[in-house]
Amino acid sequence: MFQLFSADTGHAGWFLEHAWLIPVVPGVAFWVIILFGKRLPMKGSEVGLLSMATSLVLAAGTAYQWIQRVDDASSGESGRGVAHGASTLLHSALETEHGVYTQPVIKSWTWWQSGGLKFSIGQHVDGLSVMLLLLVAFISLLVQIYSLEYVRGDRRYTHFFAALTLFSAGMLVMVVAENMVQLILGWEIMGLCSFMLIGHWWEEEANSRAALKAFFTVRVGDVGLLVGTAILFGAMGTFSIQGISLKALDGSTSHTVLLMASIALFIACIGKSGQFPLHTWLPDAMAGPTPVSSLLHSSTMVVGGVFLVARLYPVFHTGFDINAAGQHFNFISVIGGITIVIAALLAFVQNDIKKVLAYSTVSQLGYMMMGLGVGAWVPAVFHIFTHAFFKCCLFLCAGSVSHTGSHHSFDMKKDMGGLFKKMPVTGVCWIVSTLALCGVPFVSGFFSKDEIIDNAHNNHYAVFWIIGLGGAFLTTAYMTRATYLTFFGTPRGAAAGEHAHVAHSGTEDDPLDADALSPEPADVHDPAFAMARALDIEAPDYAVARAPAGSHGTVALLREEELVAAAAHDHGGHAHDDHAHDDHHAPAHGFIVKTDSPALLTVPIMILAFLAVISGYLNAAPFKIEKFNEWVAPVSGVFFPELAHATFKWVNALPSVLLVAAGFAVSLFVCKAIYNEAPSALKGLTRRSRILGALHAFLVNKYYLDFLYENVIVHAIAHPIAQGAYWINQNVIDKIVNEVGINGRKSGQWVYRNVDQRVVDGAVNGSGTVARETGGALRPVQSGKINQYGALLFGAAAIGALVLVIVNT
Amino acid sequence: MLLNQFLLLGAVLFCTGVYGVIARKNAVMVLMSIELILNSVNINLLAFSLFNQNIDGNVFALFIIAVAAAEVGVGLALVLLVYRNRRSIALDELSEMKG
Repeated sequence: MFQLFSADTGHAGWFLEHAWLIPVVPGVAFWVIILFGKRLPMKGSEVGLLSMATSLVLAAGTAYQWIQRVDDASSGESGRGVAHGASTLLHSALETEHGVYTQPVIKSWTWWQSGGLKFSIGQHVDGLSVMLLLLVAFISLLVQIYSLEYVRGDRRYTHFFAALTLFSAGMLVMVVAENMVQLILGWEIMGLCSFMLIGHWWEEEANSRAALKAFFTVRVGDVGLLVGTAILFGAMGTFSIQGISLKALDGSTSHTVLLMASIALFIACIGKSGQFPLHTWLPDAMAGPTPVSSLLHSSTMVVGGVFLVARLYPVFHTGFDINAAGQHFNFISVIGGITIVIAALLAFVQNDIKKVLAYSTVSQLGYMMMGLGVGAWVPAVFHIFTHAFFKCCLFLCAGSVSHTGSHHSFDMKKDMGGLFKKMPVTGVCWIVSTLALCGVPFVSGFFSKDEIIDNAHNNHYAVFWIIGLGGAFLTTAYMTRATYLTFFGTPRGAAAGEHAHVAHSGTEDDPLDADALSPEPADVHDPAFAMARALDIEAPDYAVARAPAGSHGTVALLREEELVAAAAHDHGGHAHDDHAHDDHHAPAHGFIVKTDSPALLTVPIMILAFLAVISGYLNAAPFKIEKFNEWVAPVSGVFFPELAHATFKWVNALPSVLLVAAGFAVSLFVCKAIYNEAPSALKGLTRRSRILGALHAFLVNKYYLDFLYENVIVHAIAHPIAQGAYWINQNVIDKIVNEVGINGRKSGQWVYRNVDQRVVDGAVNGSGTVARETGGALRPVQSGKINQYGALLFGAAAIGALVLVIVNT
Repeated sequence: MLLNQFLLLGAVLFCTGVYGVIARKNAVMVLMSIELILNSVNINLLAFSLFNQNIDGNVFALFIIAVAAAEVGVGLALVLLVYRNRRSIALDELSEMKG
């Protein structure tokens, strides 16, 4: 026992010591992909996959050793004598009145130095970062595997993998950040990569606009991060996260300063984590390829803001007086609460399956923020963990549906429906993840989301308790709608086997995937179709094979015998899930979908769905399992504020369970009425009722926030500013410049005449003249005659001798 | 006192030498005049050496003879080369260094 506690952090274990390698590996891989990717056999994707796999292995090792460290620390508590108490202060565990605080493994190197100010870079590995390291590495790996198939043949395949890898690296840098500067570094890398990835298909103007919008909106918030960091540094004199936590809690920093810093930092989180009112970039970010959406919305990027709040929780806790007696509202929880409701409502009017999921993400991030705002740190962080799995799974399912089932369309109303029978694997995984998202008992979402709601109640935040419950109802309702539209009911559009482009060309929300990708217009497919008809091939066997990756979507119509062969190949011994990749587009173009997606798509989905079910059992309050709490949550003490925990009671969970059931029932009833062929009184209600119509329009227009930002704020503020700036430019600045120019020329001429010509030139010429005349006077001496030199020499010697004699006598 | 006569001889020789250096145009004559100057110094040194019963003067005189021999050697070599180039050893014609 003594040996354990006398061990300093130098013996924390290899993986814990080298956790900084986890972001370094993908960072290096990014350069390898960028520089050599195109020459590699798999166009650089293998480097990305390998680096993420390495990161995952390292993260797993780190997690294992961290768990050991925590367990050792807590088991040592009882057996340790008083004598060793003092030494533990410096070492791996710190005993507080609430238990044993496991010291994070901190390393730091000087990054650069400027005027005595040291900026360091290093690692701060504790439960929170270990959890996120593992999560990010794992999700990134699965997403990259999925992308192998999803973006196959893309024109910027290599760049896609490079950006994806750098993106993960950015998140990992931020997660292990030892200080605020490093955190900002990771934060900004992610911002950059999100721009690159959302605008991956930038040829479509909507995509590049979405990328710019995401970048600029997040940038608005980023100002807060810099300001907040500067305030904290100004007040505390340190960038180190541990130092900031310590000084936020020990009362050495004034409350006003902490409040200002918290507000500034939280503004950054609002931008990054898509909270109201800066959530508008998140749904537009769906313009990126689906794997990007999946990665962005599950474990990276948007979680960044939540992570920042969780990481600097002492600052926020003290700054906003969270859990102070008599407090019912604070900035974080209010923003979180608003976000939950408005995003959930918006999800009802979306036709694009990915946008439903995007608003769902916004809403769930609201839950996390609200959880942090009401003092439910562990449930909020646990919600990050569980949410990552089921949301990633849902996005990948959506991608799988569009890839295989709906001809690259994401429009639920036009191109989906009844897909469950055709895509059972995707369908089951979707439903499982949906259950987790809704918080159905015994699935992961229940254990995290209900805990947040429960803790809001327990910590006397009654309003947020009600908002949380309402959010649970809304979540279930809109997910039921999305599920119904996608997988049940009657097949429509592409899902029904109609030629997709009829519906597709009208889909303004969805400029994605194959059609955005292929340089030729969509109707190129039509002559192919006609030719296939002419060749008298039955529709199920009809196959238009895309030329393999590289020639970018050139549609090659196979000759008859090849078609037959291809059809035989497709119907032959191959299992559907791993049918040949070169003709993987054939089912999509083959109108009637009969197979689920290929294995590269379904396997990651299945893994994630499995985790969506079981990940909740790490911290299942109803079963008294609190492993997550034990491993991740820092024990309150000098580095972490004291938090209350609600004890789980089924009675408290009952309202949310009932509301989930109610949400399901109501939504199913409405969906059946509206989205079926049969006439119903509910159909066209928004057209008949003016109030409901107005509400619908209000939601469809996203509360007019985009309008507000782009037309009102930008126009009203930026336009007069531009006008004023122009006027000032013309009348003030230009005038000043002109006046300065004229006066400058005049004074220049004066200077030329008086100073330059007279003084300067005079001095130069004068000294020249003097030198010339001196030279002329002395020139006869240099006669070149030795006799004369001798005469001078001896004359001088004689004069010298004479002077010597006179002086001496 | 014999010293005065020695010094007087030295002075006369010195003046003859200086005159020769300044007035003669023939380079060989100038060199010989320099020898006269050096030897006048030698006479002075030896006279003081005898007068003070000190051997240092003799040593200096020997050094000066050695240096003078070297100097004349180099000087005559230069004169020879100048003669080969210009067929003349008149010093007042060697005025290329005129400023």
